Amino acid sequence: MTSTTQADSLTASELAATSLLRFATAGSVDDGKSTLVGRLLHDSKSVLADQLEAVEHASRKRGQEAPDLALLTDGLRAEREQGITIDVAYRYFATPRRRFILADTPGHVQYTRNMVTGASTAELAVVLVDARNGVVEQTRRHAAVAALLRVPHVVLAVNKMDLVDYAEPVFAAIAEEFGAYAASLGVRDVTAIPISALAGDNVVEPSANMDWYGGPTLLEHLETVPVGSDPSEEPARFPVQYVIRPQSAEHPDYRGYAGQLASGVLRTGDQVTVLPAGITTTVAGIDVLGEERDIAWAPQSVTVRLAEDIDISRGDLIAAGPAPEPTQDVVATVAHLAERPLRVGDKVLLKHTTRTVRAIVKDIPYAISVDTLEQVERPGSLNVNDLGRVVLRTAEPLALDDYRSNRRTGSFLLIDQADGTTLTAGMAGEAF
Amino acid sequence: MTTAISLPTAAAQDNPYALSHLDALEAEAVHIFREVAGEFENPVILFSGGKDSIVMLHLALKAFAPASVPFALLHVDTGHNFPEVLAYRDRTVTEHGLRLHVASVQEFIDSGRLRERPDGTRNPLQTVPLLDAIESNRFDAVFGGGRRDEEKARAKERVFSLRDEFGAWDPRRQRPELWSLYNGRHAPGEHVRVFPLSNWTELDVWQYIEREKIELPEIYYAHERDVFQRNGMWLTAGEWGGPKEGETPERRLVRYRTVGDMSCTGAVDSDADTIDAVIAEIAASRLTERGATRADDKMSEAAMEDRKREGYF
Repeated sequence: MTSTTQADSLTASELAATSLLRFATAGSVDDGKSTLVGRLLHDSKSVLADQLEAVEHASRKRGQEAPDLALLTDGLRAEREQGITIDVAYRYFATPRRRFILADTPGHVQYTRNMVTGASTAELAVVLVDARNGVVEQTRRHAAVAALLRVPHVVLAVNKMDLVDYAEPVFAAIAEEFGAYAASLGVRDVTAIPISALAGDNVVEPSANMDWYGGPTLLEHLETVPVGSDPSEEPARFPVQYVIRPQSAEHPDYRGYAGQLASGVLRTGDQVTVLPAGITTTVAGIDVLGEERDIAWAPQSVTVRLAEDIDISRGDLIAAGPAPEPTQDVVATVAHLAERPLRVGDKVLLKHTTRTVRAIVKDIPYAISVDTLEQVERPGSLNVNDLGRVVLRTAEPLALDDYRSNRRTGSFLLIDQADGTTLTAGMAGEAF
Repeated sequence: MTTAISLPTAAAQDNPYALSHLDALEAEAVHIFREVAGEFENPVILFSGGKDSIVMLHLALKAFAPASVPFALLHVDTGHNFPEVLAYRDRTVTEHGLRLHVASVQEFIDSGRLRERPDGTRNPLQTVPLLDAIESNRFDAVFGGGRRDEEKARAKERVFSLRDEFGAWDPRRQRPELWSLYNGRHAPGEHVRVFPLSNWTELDVWQYIEREKIELPEIYYAHERDVFQRNGMWLTAGEWGGPKEGETPERRLVRYRTVGDMSCTGAVDSDADTIDAVIAEIAASRLTERGATRADDKMSEAAMEDRKREGYF
């Protein structure tokens, strides 16, 4: 799917040179999120004729005259029958400037679990509010989840401006209140945009009704917000996924460590430490998918060769720069995802980067109310959609970074040993 | 830490380390292949000779270079395959020294374990031989070329998708998938479907084919062919059961956007005979590839959802 209007005039190589932005949307039931997402897809010409035809057909069957753009994001039959969204859905659209992957998270059922999931890979979160209601409890919840998951950019989309006569003071008051709350949570970049998803104001096309707003539309902002962090400012982290040893006539002695750089830049000649063993060596060479290079950076998938023949396997971390101290005592903020509760004393599996180890839940010092951020001391267990603080003891040491400094090497999952259920999402270190 | 509500600025900072979207998608897919190689005993790549499975194999070859791909290929042969595609498959297997398993729909029909459908369509019949091959070869991870942009039931599919001992997909009981931490735990008898191209679109696939100069079966490019019209699609005349009475074959300039069973995969009118022309055509297209070319998805609003639940690709 792509925008046809402008894309037609671009060559294949120009189309291929665009960047990729992963973002998430969050809003409560009546904030118009489905309409907004439908509007983004429709107005960026990402909705193709057969999809629109299906929506028109479904709208007529329901007795609606105009095609209901919200139906574009409707998913499974089970959901249509119940009129709800069960799950995170991924949407794809493109403009000539950028490719987008949208994690569309439902606002109501199992809201925290779904939003945590969508936010975990997002570089930007759109939090939607109804201009008539302003910042409500759900808005605070969405801001808290975006802050907890360290989504680098947050957009406050103040929707339904048409229903408040496109009045600037309404927008300014909501933007100020949200900005102050987001700042208290440690969100660094908040951008507020007044929109009407239904009327199309400032979503793709600039609004003719809000002269007082000088900024770009939502889509323009999505197209221009910086993607990714600067790897040259981060220490290199390279979790080993797989050891490549061809043992062939052509490559009898090749031994390379395959992985994806979680952060930072690696160069041939760099001194690195292999964790948790703590052995120091140097990078002898880097192969980027079959081609030899002398530099690689996050998030490239590469193969690293080391100067010394040391025992390295899947689960080890090759690190440059200040390295984390491997530990068996993990303190983390968690979001509990499963229906079965997480209790003190539970024995679980902990999956961190490419390493899975046994772990025991030693303590749950407190649960966190996602609405008020108040702490509930010693809850004993965490239930589905609960946030909390957890102390774990692992069977083997882990080289964990603080989640605040590294989303990829600071995150982990807790998994049920018996049936493999994903129980809990963990973020090492302090929450906010 | 300071936070200021800011109005957005139009100019984005140029980042010398920025990856193009194709590089980002490639890095993600390679990571997925290597995760499976690291955690599973007996993975297999579903290989139909269609462009998505060809791109999957290309990514796997890059992921493990200079070693060979540590997976076998599995082709579910409907018995109604395009000869050009089978020839391509066999060339590829030889060129890269791969192991190929073939699960044959025809054999299942001949032995009475499957019955031909009245409409002659064999795509839905692939599920039984597929699950049989997975079970008898004890494959624990099965790579599929499915993309989330293809169809709404696929939009909610996980990258690692657990299937029970019946091969069934239960959309309500999927594991949440966070960061790039994939949970591949499964019980004996269960397997995991893995979709490395989850986040790719049709256009991404074509752009990648262009960038990497990947050879495709020639039916993807415009050529003259005897076709006849059924359900608004151009189908190739052939032994599989067409044209029927009242359907007239004619010679047209066409190409295929997807490659599947000849009985339900339609050609589109096209003069795009080069990769650049195909990309330009797709960028300007007003129909999704499944809407344009797949009769099996037109059967009902939830056709794909139903087939996926039963264990389809």
